[in-house]
Amino acid sequence: PKLAAKPNPAFVVMDKPTAIKDATTYNNFYEFGTDKADPAHNAGTLKPRPWTIAIEGEVKKPMTLDLDALMKLAPLEERVYRLRCVEGWSMVIPWIGYSFSNLISKVEPTGNAKYVEFISLADKKQMPGIGSPVLEWPYVEGLRLDEANHPLALLTFGMYGETLPNQNGAPVRMVLPWKYGFKSAKSIVKIRFTKDQPKTAWNLAAPQEYGFYSNVNPDVDHPRWSQASERRIGEDSFFAKKRKTLMFNGYSEVASLYSGMDLKKYF
Amino acid sequence: MFNPTPRQLTLIKSAIFAAALIPFGRLALFAFTDRLGANPIEFITRNTGDWTLYFLCITLAVTPLRRLTSWNWVVRVRRMLGLFVFFYAALHFTTFLWFDHFFDVAEMLKDVAKRPFITVGFAAFVLLIPLAVTSTNGMVRRLGGKRWQWLHRTIYLIAPLGILHYWWMKAGKHDFSQPILFGLIVALMLGARLYWRVAQQRSRPAMARDQKREVRPTPN
Repeated sequence: PKLAAKPNPAFVVMDKPTAIKDATTYNNFYEFGTDKADPAHNAGTLKPRPWTIAIEGEVKKPMTLDLDALMKLAPLEERVYRLRCVEGWSMVIPWIGYSFSNLISKVEPTGNAKYVEFISLADKKQMPGIGSPVLEWPYVEGLRLDEANHPLALLTFGMYGETLPNQNGAPVRMVLPWKYGFKSAKSIVKIRFTKDQPKTAWNLAAPQEYGFYSNVNPDVDHPRWSQASERRIGEDSFFAKKRKTLMFNGYSEVASLYSGMDLKKYF
Repeated sequence: MFNPTPRQLTLIKSAIFAAALIPFGRLALFAFTDRLGANPIEFITRNTGDWTLYFLCITLAVTPLRRLTSWNWVVRVRRMLGLFVFFYAALHFTTFLWFDHFFDVAEMLKDVAKRPFITVGFAAFVLLIPLAVTSTNGMVRRLGGKRWQWLHRTIYLIAPLGILHYWWMKAGKHDFSQPILFGLIVALMLGARLYWRVAQQRSRPAMARDQKREVRPTPN
């Protein structure tokens, strides 16, 4: 279904958006299978409505919201972000949502809150990939509170002018364009504010390959491939050289979040 | 027991040759009809890698199949199957050299040195080259049967390297079901050879003893 949103020119990159067909048929969403064609085939069983999302932990106002209430918390904006996958490919996607900071101010974190944890749905009946030994379920992602408060961090309900397709993380997901794609949790059912750094899914599965921060960084290689360049899906032809990957995926405005940190150590 | 006439064998070989080219034809067709998906290079890389391993398993199955069925003729298609291992491995490697590194050999070698999963894959491919080069009858003659056979036993090293390459590729995603399957098949194929060899060695001295006993005159 259509989802109305006002474009926010402050958050629109000039890159050409990826074809919707590519963005909806080439997905990493292991709850529906490990092959990138799997989510588009298998996600039909996901029921994105009715949906509730619980916000709890170190907050003064814990709450459980249904999807409609959550969507009305702030005006929906359309933003065009680059998306860089840790596997070395990228896309450009027009998302619809609002800055996650809107939700943060609503629930009022306590002084103990240092991190935010995002927990995805893990329902075997709706998600055939749950139970596969690849990851621990549910899928958990996390951010430092100041990262979560950055205006770029988008609580997302739609893409390409419509509500999110199931395979893209319906009905609500995060989009963090300066981090590798897997940091953006999909089909979120719980958001927890915590004192300690969350144990995130990929970091637990392979800590030497996936750090907690996982900022896009051309200078820190993945152990099995270089992160210095990427292939833009649908745009870079077969015979084109791969394009250079930009620090923080080109979102240099987040750099101050990490000043003084050794990003080779905290990769 | 099935024992094909020369004519039948030619027919079998032609059929296998055509069948072995189907995966390549499919890739070519998909490339020209835009059906390689959102990331064509990844599709081609994975597909050619998979088919290298399939043909490796098939080639390694020839000797056990021959022993179990006494179909001696199967050995006559082994060279072709082995060359298809090399064919798909070469496509796999070319995709890597071309589309990942744009023929920048120095860059590619850096990658090979730096990343163990590429190191072992590259080693397996390089080791395949002498086997492909010496696959002709002329080369068998020039090397002499014994030496040729020793050289071609390199495949017992290449196969595990190929599996390891695939294993490490999948390691980051904790997705071992396929590497385990390939590993078990290769282990079974190599294990069978080992088993028969040991069995043969055990039976040899026993046979010799039995024979001696037979010729010895019985004491009265």
